[in-house]
Amino acid sequence: MAIIKIESLVFEYRKEDGAETVKAINNVSLDIEEGSFTAIIGRNGSGKSTLAKNINALLLPGSGAVYVDGFRTSDDSAVWEIRQRAGMVFQNPDNQLVSAIVEDDVAFGPENLGVAPVKIRERVEEALHSVDMYELRKKSPHMLSGGQKQRVAIAGVVAMRPKCIVFDEPTAMLDPRGREEVMGIMTRLHEEGITVILITHFMEETVRADRIIIMDAGQIVLDGPPAEIFRHSDQIRRLDLDVPLAVELADRLRKRGRAIPWDIIEDKEMVAYLCR
Amino acid sequence: MIRDITIGQYYPGETWVHKLDPRLKIIITLVFIISLFLVRDFIGYAVAAAALAITIAISRVPLPFILRGLKAIFIIIIFTFALNMFMTGGTALVRVGFLTITREGLYNAVFMGLRLVFLIIGSSMLTLTTKPIKLTDGIESLLNPLRAVGVPAHELAMMMTIALRFIPTLLEETDKIMKAQVARGADFESGNIIRRAKNMIPILIPLFISAFRIAQDLAMAMEARCYRGGEGRTKLHELKFKERDVAASLLTVLFLALILLEREFWAILEMLAISR
Repeated sequence: MAIIKIESLVFEYRKEDGAETVKAINNVSLDIEEGSFTAIIGRNGSGKSTLAKNINALLLPGSGAVYVDGFRTSDDSAVWEIRQRAGMVFQNPDNQLVSAIVEDDVAFGPENLGVAPVKIRERVEEALHSVDMYELRKKSPHMLSGGQKQRVAIAGVVAMRPKCIVFDEPTAMLDPRGREEVMGIMTRLHEEGITVILITHFMEETVRADRIIIMDAGQIVLDGPPAEIFRHSDQIRRLDLDVPLAVELADRLRKRGRAIPWDIIEDKEMVAYLCR
Repeated sequence: MIRDITIGQYYPGETWVHKLDPRLKIIITLVFIISLFLVRDFIGYAVAAAALAITIAISRVPLPFILRGLKAIFIIIIFTFALNMFMTGGTALVRVGFLTITREGLYNAVFMGLRLVFLIIGSSMLTLTTKPIKLTDGIESLLNPLRAVGVPAHELAMMMTIALRFIPTLLEETDKIMKAQVARGADFESGNIIRRAKNMIPILIPLFISAFRIAQDLAMAMEARCYRGGEGRTKLHELKFKERDVAASLLTVLFLALILLEREFWAILEMLAISR
């Protein structure tokens, strides 16, 4: 079943200097299955972040429609239902935490939903365990590393018990270690049954997804499972995007006449294949 | 270096005083302050000093830590002391040039000086033993009944929470901007006050812009987590009046009674004499 349905979505904004309007998203239609892990990738200005904000009604469609779990985002009365179901983790780990204590911050969402205090406590502990931050629950966010802060932000969303989490470039401001932490948590949440939508511009991160959508100039260019997508590596490079190392290597080997299977896209798989 | 500044002066502890309900502590502090203005002689002060000494002893906050708070207002105390000493008319004790120290003046000076000292120590006991975040909860809860007359209790508390959360972030930001400007050849160390103030502009403007950007990000993150004002919101930490709070309330009433009794001691005595 599709948890998110986007029907011919158009989103325009006005340029700062004049009356000229830019179509950040130009006629995009797509369905996202419940329990899936979808990566949306594109260069700056491709409309990927705008698309993410349309999913939980932070931005509303110019024309077309977005449905989350059956609720239409342009329906005012459904906004809170939608935001509870489709949580969002943002790019900057500093600017999305509200409270000066980790566990209070995680409680922020459930508090807004009017959950009973005892239940909030349960949810907070569960959410902190799920991102491995329980031991640091009494700490102040400014004493944590970027990756830890981002994990707190994820816990804050998890505590709202969403069906779907949209990650809007969650690793863009993190060091490699923090990036690995966040990616690990993301994969785990997906395994627990949460629909994950990852907006990113690191191609390496998309190989863990079961579907990749490549966007450019407000439109979908490629859409399919990773192994499928990386068959079009030339087209991907033309969009100023990198391909994962394993794919790059496979391409070059193919040019030299080696028949490398198309489903090899991760480093580990490549190593295993070559060292057979 | 700029990050070392701690806001508020909380002294961590697990004592009886630390654990009191923040609402009650605020009220006790107010009662104490009022009682200082009710006191008419030094015996009254002795009662107040005893109460304060007991509180400090229970809280286990080291005395030097408390006295440090007095340093900031040392000049004000000296000023009050001097003003009272020289400006009160009455029987002259010492005459130095055009200045006369009177008996009443000396009495007033000591009396007023002591009042200030008690005021500061009394109110700093509140912040020393209460976490800022608890204090915020307490203030919100105490102001809640005033919502009917238009006091935005929840909004004020939320502002305080966010301020507490972002003070370290903004300090870091300031640090970063300062370093960036110094790297470009800015000089914040030399020149007179006006010059130095002018040199601060290249710090303040980027800091303002950055603060607005953070505010925008945070507002979006809060909305994404279903924040919609205080209506229908629950709290992780419920304030509960416990047995020790009842005991503390009784002691406070006892204290106030003692202060009043001492104040009206002679009047009461006279009344008794007349009735006899």
